[in-house]
Amino acid sequence: MALNKNQQLLSKIATNDRHGENSPYFDGWKAYDKNPYHPIDNREGVIQMGLAENQLCFDLIQKWIRGNPKASICTAEGVHEFKNIAIFQDYHGFKEFRQAVANFMGKARGGRVTFDPDRIVMSGGATGANETVMFCLANPGDAFLVPSPCYPAFDRDCGWRTGVQLIPVNCDSSNNFLITKAALEAAYERAQQDNINVKGLILANPSNPLGTVLDRDTLRSLVSFINEKKIHLVSDEIYAASVFSTPSFVSVSEIIEEMECDRDLIHIVYSLSKDMGLPGFRIGIVYSYNDAVVNCGRKMSSFGLVSSQTQHLLASMLSDDEFVDNFLKENSERLAKRHSLFTKGLEKVGITCLKSNAGLFVWMDLRRLLKEQTLESEMTLWRVIINEVKLNVSPGSSFHCSEPGWFRVCFANMDDVTVEVALERIRVFVEKQQVKNVTVEVALERIRVFVEKQQVKSKRKFQSNLKLSFTSRKYDESVMSPHMMSPRSPLVQART
Amino acid sequence: MTRPRPRTPESESETRNPTGGGATAMRLIVPLQGVVQGRGGLILGSLIPCALFYFFQLYLKRHRSPKPGSNPTSPSQSSSNLSDLQRSSSRSNLSSRGSIGPVQVSSRASSIAKPNDSPYYIGLDRVSGDPYDRLDNPNGIIQLGLSENRLCFDLIEKWLSENTKDSVMGRDGADLSIGGIAPYQPSDGLMEFKVAMAGFMSQVMGRAVSFDPSQMVLTAGATPALEILCFCLADPGNAFLVPTPYYPGFDRDMRWRTGVELIPVHCRSTDNFIISITALDQAFNQTRKRGIKVRGILISNPSNPVGNLLPRETLYNLLDFAREKNIHIVSDEIFAGSMYGSEEFVSMAEILDMEDIDKNRIHIVYGLSKDLALPGFRVGVIYSFNESVLVAAKKLTRFSSISAPTQRLLISMVSDTRFIQEYIETNKKRIREMHDLFVEGLKQLGIKCAQSCAGLYCWADMSGLISFYSEKGELELWDKLLNIAKINVTPGSACHCIEPGWFRCCFTTLSQEDVVIVIERIRFCKLFTASSPRNKNYNDFKRELYGGN
Repeated sequence: MALNKNQQLLSKIATNDRHGENSPYFDGWKAYDKNPYHPIDNREGVIQMGLAENQLCFDLIQKWIRGNPKASICTAEGVHEFKNIAIFQDYHGFKEFRQAVANFMGKARGGRVTFDPDRIVMSGGATGANETVMFCLANPGDAFLVPSPCYPAFDRDCGWRTGVQLIPVNCDSSNNFLITKAALEAAYERAQQDNINVKGLILANPSNPLGTVLDRDTLRSLVSFINEKKIHLVSDEIYAASVFSTPSFVSVSEIIEEMECDRDLIHIVYSLSKDMGLPGFRIGIVYSYNDAVVNCGRKMSSFGLVSSQTQHLLASMLSDDEFVDNFLKENSERLAKRHSLFTKGLEKVGITCLKSNAGLFVWMDLRRLLKEQTLESEMTLWRVIINEVKLNVSPGSSFHCSEPGWFRVCFANMDDVTVEVALERIRVFVEKQQVKNVTVEVALERIRVFVEKQQVKSKRKFQSNLKLSFTSRKYDESVMSPHMMSPRSPLVQART
Repeated sequence: MTRPRPRTPESESETRNPTGGGATAMRLIVPLQGVVQGRGGLILGSLIPCALFYFFQLYLKRHRSPKPGSNPTSPSQSSSNLSDLQRSSSRSNLSSRGSIGPVQVSSRASSIAKPNDSPYYIGLDRVSGDPYDRLDNPNGIIQLGLSENRLCFDLIEKWLSENTKDSVMGRDGADLSIGGIAPYQPSDGLMEFKVAMAGFMSQVMGRAVSFDPSQMVLTAGATPALEILCFCLADPGNAFLVPTPYYPGFDRDMRWRTGVELIPVHCRSTDNFIISITALDQAFNQTRKRGIKVRGILISNPSNPVGNLLPRETLYNLLDFAREKNIHIVSDEIFAGSMYGSEEFVSMAEILDMEDIDKNRIHIVYGLSKDLALPGFRVGVIYSFNESVLVAAKKLTRFSSISAPTQRLLISMVSDTRFIQEYIETNKKRIREMHDLFVEGLKQLGIKCAQSCAGLYCWADMSGLISFYSEKGELELWDKLLNIAKINVTPGSACHCIEPGWFRCCFTTLSQEDVVIVIERIRFCKLFTASSPRNKNYNDFKRELYGGN
């Protein structure tokens, strides 16, 4: 009774479901939270492959921070700068920070374009950046087109508080999930017929969950589409520097240099969470070519301002050209290595992935393991993967994929040994599916034996290379803190 | 699917003007009633002055002096700001909505993208263009508009240099290991930091008020904390009642993106600007009559901009009122530790600690920007007793979490109770010294301040310096102070104060020498206002007074 009364007292935002955390996929995250894999303490646990986090280059960042104690200001070496930095709360951000981020954005795009520091608008992570853009561009009830499969939390980021709706533009495997102008036109027409005011198109390039980059022709056709319709284009490029093989990444900022375009319609979202592997720093960037959006977004920065200490630290780090160049090179090499290790392992058991060259994940094709080609069947298979294979992967339906049987699997948030364990679990599972007379018990026993073998390896590795481990400390925190679902929920952490 | 548009601050000041006029009229009516005695005295006594007042307004309108901006002899910049204040901009926003073509940015964006919206922000912008510096720019504008505390950095710096010897990541396994800062962390704050903040808040609030870390949600500053609460508690078109004068930033924090309205509940200088339940009740009923749902009351305690405290009795009355009307109370207590008076501060949390009342409707906002003087670090706190609000707020912190390295750095500092105790005491002492010096200086100019005992500012009554007892007169003085005296203060109208002539002056960014200069500049401005030479700027005037430069 008291609670009911209380519920009535809250807003629709506080009580509706648009945060996306009450979807069935949450079960997978709960399964991981309850029983997280640890190479020594909990070898039977669930391996987290739903978290697009890059932990492959922590050692480089750690080394830099250690080598540059002045940049941290809260050190004996940097303390004399403390005063001026601690008091700084201007929503424009430090000039040095904007300059450094602009440079980094240029480098992350191969130096083919430059960015104007005065257009860099800060926001709380890419989550906040996407929301800021939506607040600036659309009114409640307006809509954005989004090619799907798409990042699951777009709906939360773009729609929860802004009241903006997302309209999927369905892409499928028949043409490798390419975005066609015909599909865009069709979605746009349908929205017009339903009397919905379409304000723009938002997409992630490189794509999350596909791990592919948009080719130049597609980009050109997108830009001409939005120009014809006079709608906005929001290009979420948070994986720009996580491209690890050819074809190279083409940013929309390059395309608009090449062709006729109303630049007021072009907005880029960027972040350091993926390309630098620093999601804990909460750096999100809106880069808009539209002065009104820059001006307005900047005022909204107050709601997600980056700590001045962190700005200062990153300004120093990102202006260290030698460090950045080496980091970008090393990062893409390590990603390429991990990607190939993982996809080759899958190929050995006959599992293919969509050909990809970017991101921290692969788009795994399990269509032939489905009993029927339906989304229900996909969910059934996914539950088996979570509960029996003990891998937390994300089913295609959570990315609004219309075609059943695809799964996103993240590979950069763990060390090599864990990858091997995951691959072995998949191998046993696939074999079990194929050879019907292998019982579950036998399969589980095999996994156990394999893991024990790995343990000898892992002990050695872990002692020498602690920083690459999936720290139990982090897990403790998420369990200790009282939030029921926030940090480990499916949709939230998918990009995340 | 359109939200009702939130009224902009400008539209409110517009509607307030007639009330201001009415107040002036009342001053005429009452004595005239005495003159026109007898039957019909009341009617005549009302009619005559009303008619007079009408003609007077008409006369003023006809003979309005040309805008100062068009006066070629006046210093050009001195007038620009006043004309920038578009008091009717809300109308143009409404008409531009969705009508100019599909490429427009959203109407809520364009409503704020306007260059100047309130004297509060205009003043801040002006200072950033020409900031005073004793050596480098002695003729620049002195900032009294930003409640920032620069009095105790030496203490923090000392602590840092003594306690972070191992430097960031100096040792394996230290708090600042890369695994503790780089990956995703809980968006509503690290548990260790919540525990530290709960301890800090207890220490600041004094007298054994305890805070439970599990009722805490951390955000990137008090600004998002307020907005998140507002998103949780109210739908677009709903309203919060806010005692005036209130912090100008509330309009941005609570209204802008949420579409929620703030209804001013006017407090009077005769009550030392303490909220009266009668006024609250009246505002509540009027709002309801307009068909608007009131979802809560927003108070700041210690108050910003007045600097007074809500007495325990008032807090009880507010709680009763909220229970009776079934609405929320948001209590913004970010100045709880910045006390300089001898009165005791009573936190909402303290009352709830003791009383067996419905706590679900109480939400406290806190932060480290004022009491620990770290606005750049962006640490805000939502402390709520309502489980549903906490659950929703935690999800909403995805949009505004605190950077993990910053949290790690603060954990050990904030948990050092001995250091914090020393800090709080020294801080109070230094604020008090600065307050006394500043208020004494104003007093010598005949400017009195409202009685206050907390905050980084005083609330000064400069109505003696204004030419018309109206918002216009107040803004004229503000303009003179900004452009001639070159000090940036916040006018009462920006805080929705109903009585003209009040100004908020922040003094904790100043040194003692600066205070002397500020007082001197206000004195010039006072003289300048009296003799009003039109074609001189401050420096000419200064030269005239003192010779040389």
